[in-house]
Amino acid sequence: MYNSNRGRIIQIIIGVIFTLIILQLVSLQIFSSKYVLAANNNAIFRKIIYPDRGIIFDRKKRALLENTISYDLVVIPNEAKGVDTATLCAILKINKEEYSKRMVEVIIKNSRVKLGVFEPFLSSEVYAQITENLYRFPGFSLSERSIRNYPYNTAAHVLGYVAEVDVNFLKKHDAEGYEMGDYAGMTGLEKQYESILMGQRGVKRFLRDNKGKIQGPFEKGEFDTTAIAGRNLYTSMDVEVQQLAENLLQHKIGSVVAINPKTGSIIAMASSPGYNPNLLTGNQRRKTIGRLLTDTARPIYNRAIKGQYPPGSTFKPLGALIALDEGLITPSFGYNCFGLYTACGDPRKCEHHNAGHASNLQLALANSCNSYFLQVFRMAIDNPKYHNAKLGYLKWKEYMNSFGLGRKLGIDLPSENRANIPDTAQYNKDFGGAKYWNSCFMLTLGIGQDRMTATPLQLANTMAFIANDGYYYTPHFVDSVEEEDEFDKELLLKYRTKQEVTKIPKEYYDVIKEGMHDVTVIGTAAFIKVPGHEFCAKTGTAQNPHGKNHSMFVCFAPKDNPKIAVAVVVENAGFGSTWAGPIAGLIMEKYLNDTLTKESKTKVDYLANVDLMPANIKEWYIRNNKTDMLIPLNYNNDELSEIWDMEMLSETAPIKLDIDTLNKMDTFQKNKLPASPIPSKQKMKESILNPIQKKKKTNSQ
Amino acid sequence: MATTNNHNFSKGTDLAVILVYIMMVAIGVLCIFMIEYNPNLNWSNSFLTAKTNFSKQIYFSIFCTFIAIFILLLDSKVFTALANLSYVGGILLMLATFVLGKNINGSKSWIPIAGGFNLQPAELCKIFTALFLAKYISKPDTDFKKLKSHLIAGAAIALPAILSIMQHEMGLALVYSSFIFAMYREGLPPLILVVLLSFAILVITTLLLEPTLLAIILTVIAGLFIFSMIKRFKRNKNKILLVLGIWVVCFGTVRFAVPYIFNHVFECYQSTRIYSMVGKEYDCSQNKKSTSSTGERRSKKPDDYNVKQSKIAIGSGGFWGRGFLKGTQTRGKYVPAQHTDFIFTSLGEAFGFVGTFIFLGLYLFFLFRLVRIAERQRSAFSRVYAYSVVGIFFFHIAVNISMTIGLFPVVGIPLPLISYGGSSLLTFTALLFILLRLDADRQMVLR
Repeated sequence: MYNSNRGRIIQIIIGVIFTLIILQLVSLQIFSSKYVLAANNNAIFRKIIYPDRGIIFDRKKRALLENTISYDLVVIPNEAKGVDTATLCAILKINKEEYSKRMVEVIIKNSRVKLGVFEPFLSSEVYAQITENLYRFPGFSLSERSIRNYPYNTAAHVLGYVAEVDVNFLKKHDAEGYEMGDYAGMTGLEKQYESILMGQRGVKRFLRDNKGKIQGPFEKGEFDTTAIAGRNLYTSMDVEVQQLAENLLQHKIGSVVAINPKTGSIIAMASSPGYNPNLLTGNQRRKTIGRLLTDTARPIYNRAIKGQYPPGSTFKPLGALIALDEGLITPSFGYNCFGLYTACGDPRKCEHHNAGHASNLQLALANSCNSYFLQVFRMAIDNPKYHNAKLGYLKWKEYMNSFGLGRKLGIDLPSENRANIPDTAQYNKDFGGAKYWNSCFMLTLGIGQDRMTATPLQLANTMAFIANDGYYYTPHFVDSVEEEDEFDKELLLKYRTKQEVTKIPKEYYDVIKEGMHDVTVIGTAAFIKVPGHEFCAKTGTAQNPHGKNHSMFVCFAPKDNPKIAVAVVVENAGFGSTWAGPIAGLIMEKYLNDTLTKESKTKVDYLANVDLMPANIKEWYIRNNKTDMLIPLNYNNDELSEIWDMEMLSETAPIKLDIDTLNKMDTFQKNKLPASPIPSKQKMKESILNPIQKKKKTNSQ
Repeated sequence: MATTNNHNFSKGTDLAVILVYIMMVAIGVLCIFMIEYNPNLNWSNSFLTAKTNFSKQIYFSIFCTFIAIFILLLDSKVFTALANLSYVGGILLMLATFVLGKNINGSKSWIPIAGGFNLQPAELCKIFTALFLAKYISKPDTDFKKLKSHLIAGAAIALPAILSIMQHEMGLALVYSSFIFAMYREGLPPLILVVLLSFAILVITTLLLEPTLLAIILTVIAGLFIFSMIKRFKRNKNKILLVLGIWVVCFGTVRFAVPYIFNHVFECYQSTRIYSMVGKEYDCSQNKKSTSSTGERRSKKPDDYNVKQSKIAIGSGGFWGRGFLKGTQTRGKYVPAQHTDFIFTSLGEAFGFVGTFIFLGLYLFFLFRLVRIAERQRSAFSRVYAYSVVGIFFFHIAVNISMTIGLFPVVGIPLPLISYGGSSLLTFTALLFILLRLDADRQMVLR
């Protein structure tokens, strides 16, 4: 048969084509992984099951925050046919154009066949109306989501908030399995303990067809994971003390920190101005966050851990401790102060003229004698043991750091500020080299001024270690975690470890405590009483470049078995004893006695309404047409309020006491001017203030 | 299910082919079942009421079994006797669709018959054309070395192909080109194959390259060719003319013929599919058919969705496959026309490379076996017919699988014996069993 070899050729052609097909199959099925991904993207619908976030409790197991259910109105655009738009628009209070606009947005975001959010966070009455009429809105449904709720409207700065993660967050937390649309703690404890609070998300996989319809579980749920609820946190905070602190700080700029010195647990931490944390959940969030971010008073800023203030006279007990420990002075060391400190040339004013007001340490503390502590500071720097001022200064700085100043304490909140204890390098630069400066150049460090700053938290912590005679626990909120595991224990270990400050004999602490006790008996804080308890305190009136002096107060109580250490700062308010002192006294009373006397309650009412907002901040609101922001976000009272300058001291701005400011300070006191103009409304209440003012006459600063 | 114990009524029937046939039909039913599977459906009920495609396919295969047995019981001479008549009948039937035709999926090539079933004459016409071709070539007075007989055979093949194009069945029309196997085996000069192949390459490069660039390249090639062979051409001037003639044809193809065909002959979607094969987008606004027929300029989106989903399905099978009934692309109905033209995807997804390799191996064995059968025929009629069957099967398999894996533009032709569809299954069954019948009588000389 002719041409029979052509059968072979036909077979070869067939073979070649089949080989080509098989090669393509090898490339598709063996060497390309993208098709599996593409198939999974197509067909597997992952539904994330969000667990409830953990709850944060106070010391009496009251929930500072909890979870509540909110509803979103969601829609599948393709199925939204024949919707009674008029009714829907009426319920949502939108017009038809807005309806179409939102529909288009949903389609752009999620396509026509998938669920998209039409209106998030329905209010309860809108929710009720929609459920009733849902049958009129085909394609629409309600979807549940868990949001935070703060039953006590308090501690916004401490608790922080949760928010939807953004691209940056996802980049940073690459390996932690977050996805677009997740919520995560962004500030405060919510952020710090995110891993514990969030729990473990569950994932359910469903099979989805080409129309986006769910066909059933994927592989019978073999790859599904169940959601594990977040664990609860137990803190030592006290809701009532916290609320009291926030209440007292209304219409003021400032901060309150109260620590239990025995454990380092924080009882209350308030920063003013603040905001009601409930305003950052649900549908109010968008509106509120804008206002909070544009406010010149920076209500989001937690002054308790970020605000840097010159400690002023509240520093004096620490200066004394150093000198005692270094053996430079004894408790009986006296300084003959006649109202001026002249040893460094320029005379520095002291508040007292009477001879013998600084004849020993205890008295000097009680009277807060500037000359005495300037002298003590110079002795520490010029300590012959260290040969020169520079080495002396370094030793002094070492003490400061061991007292927890000029460094981060390590509280369990994000972005704590270390404030500032200046380095010698800074002075070398300022004065042109190490050999050109001596103790006179930074003299006012001795009374907590110059470039020294501290946060309210650090100040409270200094009280804690004095109360404990030389040790403290790193201040923290969270005492324990529900179902604590090894990892949590390790996390909390540093809060359960005693931090020893430089070994200083107990008898020196006793002297300091006696001096600070005298402050509350015969000294600058003698008019402040905590019913039923003896306490130790130190007032401070810190000069600063931003206007009026900061009113400062540090204390601990009871004297013999300290249970609470408090630091209070009221910015640009005047004397420590006038504003910060009474606030601290009320905090201690509330915590120790669990209640306030009738008289104290009246004081609370008065203090809460005093407007100490710096004028420049008020001007800012008027200038920028934002007078609506004058209404505080903390509480819904109608009183015209206050705002303050949020700019904290910059580390580089040298603060020097000069004779002029000292003079001004003097005049201030002599005239017995109230620290702040009191609005007329408040004058009516002044009678209440009388006992305070009377005392002030005898115990200035 | 299918044919059993053929020894009783036909000695010498090739059992291997029958075995493969049964396996293929079974695999087809299985694939259709996978595609339709839905855990919520009552299978026994839907099977009895023939509501699902897979149960319909089982009924089709039972029917085809009877047809197969019937064919095996016939005398071989029937086929030679009826070859010409059936061809004429087939052509008439195709013409009849223009009158009686029912529009299914955009092609008006179906004639409704009783019981809700439809018949596609163009499918059956493949058999008749094969028989006619066999009859023509095996005629004692046909000398298939002559151009004249080539042209007559070509015309006989082209007629049903053109009718198919008129019915918008591009795929079916292309199938008729597979008769080239039989013609080649019977003496068609290999040059024709070479020319056709070169032409195909030229068309593809036309799509790939800028027309001007390609024209320059062609001119340069022609110039170099003439320059290098200048001495030979001096001896024979006609050869220069030949080279120039080829150059003119190529140039004309590139500049005029290809654009004309894409813009005036093809539908917009066809041009788009072909362009998408070479990774380019076709601008439908150039297409005169789509613009003139609708009266308004309408440009469609490139529809490579099918191929994309099909490749995803096959690719996601991986080496071992996702497992029976576990393919997500299949379960989610992502591949359009998956039970008919894209049925290979369900196999690829469920059983992976291993599955497709074995499956292709089976097909390859099947085709080689048919070639062997063809070569053992004593009569030219049987041989030509056998090669026609090889060609038709091969063309369907190669084109169908190639289009699902993105090697060929999407044309609607089924995968033999696997794809859902009664007409298709019946055609391939008849095609195959006529061959087996003829093969059983391979010692006879049929004319």
